[in-house]
Amino acid sequence: MTDTITHSYLENTGKYKGLLSWLTTTDHKRIGLMYMYAMMVFFLVGVILGEIMRLELFRPGQQFFNAQTYNGIFTIHGIIMIFTVVIPGLAAVFGNFSMPLLIGAHDVAFPRLNLLSWYLFIAGAAIALTSQFMGNGPPDTGWTFYAPYSTQTHTNVVAAVFGAFVLGFSSILTGLNFIVTIHRLRAPGMTFFKMPLFPWSIYATAWIQVLATPIVGITLLMIIAERWFRIGFFDPSLGGDPILYQHLFWIYSHPAVYIMILPAMGVITEIIPTFSQKRIYGYRAIALSSLAIAGVGYFVWAHHMFTSGISTTERWIFSLLTFVVAIPSAIKVFNWVSTMYKGSISLKPPFIFALGFIFLFMIGGLTGLVQGSLATDIHVHDTAFVVAHFHYIVFGGVGFAFFAALHYWYPKMFGRMYNFKRANIAFGFMFVGFNLLYFPQFILGLMGMPRRYFDYLPQFTTGQQISAVGGWLLLIGIIIMLVNLFSKKGAKAPDNPWGGKTLEWTIPSPPSQENFDTIPQVTEQPYNYD
Amino acid sequence: MTQTETHITDYRVYLWVLLALLIFTTITITVTWIDLSAFTVMVALIIASIKSFIVLRYFMHLKFESRMFTVFVVMVLSIYVLVIGLTFFDYLMR
Repeated sequence: MTDTITHSYLENTGKYKGLLSWLTTTDHKRIGLMYMYAMMVFFLVGVILGEIMRLELFRPGQQFFNAQTYNGIFTIHGIIMIFTVVIPGLAAVFGNFSMPLLIGAHDVAFPRLNLLSWYLFIAGAAIALTSQFMGNGPPDTGWTFYAPYSTQTHTNVVAAVFGAFVLGFSSILTGLNFIVTIHRLRAPGMTFFKMPLFPWSIYATAWIQVLATPIVGITLLMIIAERWFRIGFFDPSLGGDPILYQHLFWIYSHPAVYIMILPAMGVITEIIPTFSQKRIYGYRAIALSSLAIAGVGYFVWAHHMFTSGISTTERWIFSLLTFVVAIPSAIKVFNWVSTMYKGSISLKPPFIFALGFIFLFMIGGLTGLVQGSLATDIHVHDTAFVVAHFHYIVFGGVGFAFFAALHYWYPKMFGRMYNFKRANIAFGFMFVGFNLLYFPQFILGLMGMPRRYFDYLPQFTTGQQISAVGGWLLLIGIIIMLVNLFSKKGAKAPDNPWGGKTLEWTIPSPPSQENFDTIPQVTEQPYNYD
Repeated sequence: MTQTETHITDYRVYLWVLLALLIFTTITITVTWIDLSAFTVMVALIIASIKSFIVLRYFMHLKFESRMFTVFVVMVLSIYVLVIGLTFFDYLMR
């Protein structure tokens, strides 16, 4: 037993060698890395599809492909990015890698179930991707699969929908695993209010995964049932109600935004005290705001449907709830800034990415209120404004937080450092590129540029071209970042390169297979810098 | 982690529960002969809810487990009620 503890988790000591030792592992750290590698591939495919769309939109009129192909490309871009990258995203990668380390556990509560979740993730992604090459051509519904079109189009919707269904199961099982882990495997003495805030955010996220995902699962099966057996759930000609689809879809898919963003906020909450060398400001407020976001965020779904013909009562209730959910989000932002105030700030790459997150998330969050307000939503609905808002939250928020987390925990993951200067250059390209890419879309949206159109009027040309250039800069930044992190081994990382106070920094980099030789006894608050 | 608590319930309790469930089933069937007009579904659902409550509490051991599980069940059911309720603000008020 003591022999295995001395081995790093990256070394093979089990029955199998090489790739097989990874594919059969039940170690949460290895599973976290396997999620990350898979997601990186999906992410790059999604990025390339996005760049292709930007090229098509470089000038008005048809450039490279027709409208139907464009519909297929934005659909698969959405499916890949949403279902296989940002929804599992931080929860699957860093929830797996870091959360058990942060709570002082040897592993998650159900390690085999954890591996099954990864296989379901890969299977679901594979099914969704094969939808592109089978049947009557790629799905053209958009990632939302809105009925009744999705029940009528001749394209290969069933495979894509079924892929999303399988991916949902992966998400549910991961959530279940994390809830049990956090309840049962916290180190002795670590009460809920002595737990670091990243596990808090993972806990809130896990509940949404367990409670919301089954709803979209059953909704997607209803689409298949309607297509195959002509059961009238959503198609009015069969006696169904298309608005019912929108309700059911968004009852999951809006909380899904919080599945994406809550772990992102959790990561930022870990990074800011470490690089400010200061106790987190408002620990309890941040912990409880995660639960508040998860709770209230469950009840804002109909703000996606303000122009769909829902009742006026429904509209004002959901507009109100949407404004309410902004409060716990703002609590976090104010607490992060207050933590930095008079801190001993060290501008290392993880912190710079975290600052980027706060800036972009603020723009994304505040422009969300423009759409949450009933009157202004009428003007911006289904325009490029929504595209810009969404990408500011999902790429500017979740994406930048993911990169922040990667730069923060990279030394712990691989036992190696990376080049800070190159990481900062990559950030510079990404930050400037990102804003050039998406900010013009706000303006284009306000001017009336519809979303999901492959052609546009000449007055939108300048904005679209600035966006395209931004896209190229962003891509250059991503390439520099990945080359910096993964092309060659850096210097050996110390156990605690950033001077962090949470438990993962008390163990070697990379950690041993069992994480902790002896499970630590926790007596203090997690961010005890003073 | 190693603690395992077992609780042995008297068979008589299970028999009482069974009897209660059978009685409620009989009531469910009996009320179908009475015309309750708009309240038909509501009465059926109330009886079914009482039966579910008994099953959850005794057969599924919620009564004997940590209070945490009761909190979880109540939370999930509350979310369910809120989701249905909020959806019907749309359907009933269009």
